[in-house]
Amino acid sequence: MNIIVCIKQVPNTTDVRIDPVTNTLIRDGVESVINPFDAYAIEEAVRIKERCGGKVTAITMGPPQAENALKEAIGLGCDEGVLVSDRKFAGSDTWATSYTLACAIEKLETYDVILCGKQASDGDTAQVGPGISTHLDIPQVTYVKKISEINEKSAKVERMTEEGYDVVETPLPCLFTVVKEINTPRMPSLKGMMRAKSAKIIKWTAADLEADPAALGLDGSPTRVVKIFTPEPRKGGEMISGSPAEVAKELAELLKGEVV
Amino acid sequence: MDYLLSESQVMIRDLARKIAQEKIKPVAAHYDESEEFAWPVMKILAESDLFGVYLPEQYGGLGGGILDMCLVTEELSRACGGIALGYAGTGLGTLPILLHGSEEQKKKYLPAIASGKRLAAFCITEAEAGSDAGSIKTTARKEGNKYILNGTKQWITNAGEAEIYTVIALTDKAKGVRGASAFIVEKGTKGMEFGKKEKKMGIRASATREVIFTDCEVPAENLISREGMGFIVAMKTLDTSRPGVAAQAVGIAQGALDCALDYSRTRVQFGQPISSFQAIQHMLADMGTQIEAARALAYSVARMVDSGAKSVSKESAMAKLFASDVAMKVAVDAVQIMGGYGYMRDYPAEKFMRDAKITQIYEGTNQIQRNVVAANMIKETLKK
Repeated sequence: MNIIVCIKQVPNTTDVRIDPVTNTLIRDGVESVINPFDAYAIEEAVRIKERCGGKVTAITMGPPQAENALKEAIGLGCDEGVLVSDRKFAGSDTWATSYTLACAIEKLETYDVILCGKQASDGDTAQVGPGISTHLDIPQVTYVKKISEINEKSAKVERMTEEGYDVVETPLPCLFTVVKEINTPRMPSLKGMMRAKSAKIIKWTAADLEADPAALGLDGSPTRVVKIFTPEPRKGGEMISGSPAEVAKELAELLKGEVV
Repeated sequence: MDYLLSESQVMIRDLARKIAQEKIKPVAAHYDESEEFAWPVMKILAESDLFGVYLPEQYGGLGGGILDMCLVTEELSRACGGIALGYAGTGLGTLPILLHGSEEQKKKYLPAIASGKRLAAFCITEAEAGSDAGSIKTTARKEGNKYILNGTKQWITNAGEAEIYTVIALTDKAKGVRGASAFIVEKGTKGMEFGKKEKKMGIRASATREVIFTDCEVPAENLISREGMGFIVAMKTLDTSRPGVAAQAVGIAQGALDCALDYSRTRVQFGQPISSFQAIQHMLADMGTQIEAARALAYSVARMVDSGAKSVSKESAMAKLFASDVAMKVAVDAVQIMGGYGYMRDYPAEKFMRDAKITQIYEGTNQIQRNVVAANMIKETLKK
């Protein structure tokens, strides 16, 4: 079985800072890590390989240093890494990003399963995974919390919903985005890390992908980020003190005054 | 301090640190309280290949040495000295095979140890043979193509959990220590049983039991080296493993300092963090300095072992005694800095203090280490 896992490098911080002028993330001085949700996708990909045999290819679009994320993925059990990197991809929104990744996936020989984290911890859009399946014209199941059955032809999975979960059967190839409930990612192994150190990462540029140049990067992005801002923290409420009867009375008066 | 570790040693240390901080630290208090053996953690260490760092590649290891093992032991001990001992105790039980085993024995046992599928244990101590290891009473009588073992080993780390035991027993009682021999005994061998699990002051996640041999039949090919070599095998094993105890002590001390340092920066008294008081600062400075000195000595001796030095008895005794005395002192000071909070079991400082104590006692008390150091020093002056 050929398994593809799409990963992204994100800043290792929960306190993401935004440049107020350019509206982009400030990455200086912030260590990059694999998007935490993608770590579950990597683990699930490796588990499918362990169950069914086959090969796991990790793929990422990003700057040259994203190669480190692919090596880390190999250390965690992936077999090979593909870095899609070109200045022409700069400014891609989720549509252009998913188009680019879809082109790279089509360039790979065959694929049965594509796994993505449910969303990236920096942009939080949750759009790239579904976008890839749309470009590839294959089924998608999002928010997968369990892959109950899987073989060369089909899979049965549990998809998390707000109230519970759906059981979904799908033919393969299919794209799954996974939630953190799906597994506990393993620790890297030394032998995997040694293999990763010497592993050769496949590098593709826009020209290698034979993609439509107009669909790449900023030009290929139908959306524009107009502004990113940190919402004002909520102001503290008003405290009313006194006996329960007094408090209730005052609260009622206040509510009347506000015409709730 | 930069110890000029190799690229792979940095990788080993960083991975051990990651596992210790993410997978051991959160469960250390639980295992200390429950005294269970931390099998889930052992599984993680196994899958991460850490059990094989010091074993040769042809036996499934990563080809490193004692320094590599020390780096792992130190990082694990920084989170929990008891859980770390499941790892370090396996190293101790493995060394007789690695250092003196035959090619067949290495091929048979080391790959399972390197992959972490089987833990190991070293059995020398008996009720009446502690510091005086020469007075062991367990016997191994040869009968045809097997040895019959009889006797009781006491306070054996990993006993009951490990599957491979290296055991020192007398093949010739009349010759005393020159009549001792070393054997490999597999768990499940008929006539081998385990006593009750001991209740300890510290390192409570580590399993300590008696190992009881009653007409236990061991195949003759499980004899390590030759008959009569048992004491030499044991002494060489302990000389090689002592930097590991030093590393465990350094890790415990560092873990205690980590707590005290964090606490001192957040604990406010008299309107300021207590880390702003010189009394606290000087304690922290001494703790940090002592730990670095202990680490430097431990790593130096580990490197000396890895270089193939002929005798490391004096140096490995120095590393063990110095680092373990530092661990005890630093852990006591960490509790002191944290005051009442340090004394409470809700905080990890007191556990480091309990865990530190054993490092001054096992694998040779620090008094015995001083005997070894002094005896070697005096011997060296006689040679001049």
